[in-house]
Amino acid sequence: MELNISIRKKLPHFDLDVTFGCRKGRLLVLVGPSGAGKTTIIRMLAGLDRPDKGRIQYGGETWLDTEKNLFLAPQKRRVGYVFQEYTLFPHLTVSGNVAFSAEDKAEVPSLLKRFNIWHLKDRKPDRISGGERQRCAICQAMARRPRLLLLDEPFSALDAVTRQNLREELQKLKRELSIPIIHVTHDISEALYLGDDVLPMVNGRIVRKWMVQFMLKGRPPVPERPAEPEDAYGYRDRQDLSILYNSLEMMH
Amino acid sequence: MDPAPLYLSLKLAFVTTVVLVILAAPLTYLLVYVRFAGKSFFDALLNLPMVLPPTVLGFYLLLVMTPRGGIGRFWQAVTGSPLVFTFAGIVVASLVYSLPFAIQPMKAAFEKIDRRLLESAYVLGLSPLAAFFRVIIPNAINGLAASAVLVFIHTLGEFGVILMVGGSIPGETRVASIAIYEAVEALRYEDAAMMCLILVPISYLFLLLINRLTQRQIYGT
Repeated sequence: MELNISIRKKLPHFDLDVTFGCRKGRLLVLVGPSGAGKTTIIRMLAGLDRPDKGRIQYGGETWLDTEKNLFLAPQKRRVGYVFQEYTLFPHLTVSGNVAFSAEDKAEVPSLLKRFNIWHLKDRKPDRISGGERQRCAICQAMARRPRLLLLDEPFSALDAVTRQNLREELQKLKRELSIPIIHVTHDISEALYLGDDVLPMVNGRIVRKWMVQFMLKGRPPVPERPAEPEDAYGYRDRQDLSILYNSLEMMH
Repeated sequence: MDPAPLYLSLKLAFVTTVVLVILAAPLTYLLVYVRFAGKSFFDALLNLPMVLPPTVLGFYLLLVMTPRGGIGRFWQAVTGSPLVFTFAGIVVASLVYSLPFAIQPMKAAFEKIDRRLLESAYVLGLSPLAAFFRVIIPNAINGLAASAVLVFIHTLGEFGVILMVGGSIPGETRVASIAIYEAVEALRYEDAAMMCLILVPISYLFLLLINRLTQRQIYGT
């Protein structure tokens, strides 16, 4: 299954205009500074936001086509969405959260064990740590047997050790799943650690595409700033590339 | 002292509370989550009984509830009996009079719920109706409890509207507040004092009970 997205939307400070695709079993990372439009893209993929113009296709199914006035409701897309902040249901226990929309309730115990939260199953979300909450949120998303997994900066509020543990777990999960995964982050090292494909974004546009497998091992995450970006990378918009480099260097 | 007015007051408060909490929840949902034209006018209209003098509200209710009025005529066509000066009549009047007291705490509770919880529910496959019952209501339970308390106590103390719409028919519309007024008018101070003495602990105990339920919801103990 392949996901293809092409969307345009007028945002307060710039126009969001992106086109990309993601194949099953691959993890695509949208990386860029805050306010680049990354979250807006995955909200559109989830059906929580609509573009002014565009098309989203998953396999043979059209989720959105503004020309044909076609829009598939979020309920029918069957995507897993892990939000930036914790969005577990506070009135339910960990187990209740995972079972909330599980395709098969009998799978819940094994999922809880798989994500190492079995011992927390009877606790409410406010009685567990941030890392455990995000693990529970991923588990909740997986219980729905999603066709696409969307991760919106899920580790940004966590401490360094927990973040690294969860990154490793996500790597493991990626190998087990055969669905497209789209991960949004402003952390360039996280993008390169997790991603198969990395799309750096600035002001609503994807400014280039990195295929991590072709990047040299040990190469610094921020590529050397070329003397002439246009000649070196074939990008016409020097300003965009310049902003990206500045942003990446600032993030470093 | 005749216990009938007290019993009638409690019955009226109970019926009004149950009906109003059920009725106010979807109305509050409309006000908080649905965008529609004229929403602020609708909101103000629902809250109008809070600021109107009870006699003014009672007067208009009396007009629409008589067999010639819209609601009264409909009621008579369906049930075969008039609406004014009956228990059903004072229930309808109480529902209108206490509606803002049901909506306001619920609205505050609904507004407190993080919208992302609802978005998460939609992504997880829930329809807006299912999300209402499975996400909004459980997370606004303290607001619902506060609504129930306010409506119950407010109804227990109702006087002007009930007098206008129901009069003072023993066993039918003579609630405690009217019975107390009549006892004082007839210089039966002992009867009035006794009823007041019973009403105060009932109201207080009910408040304590709901507070306890609300705390249990918040702290999960």
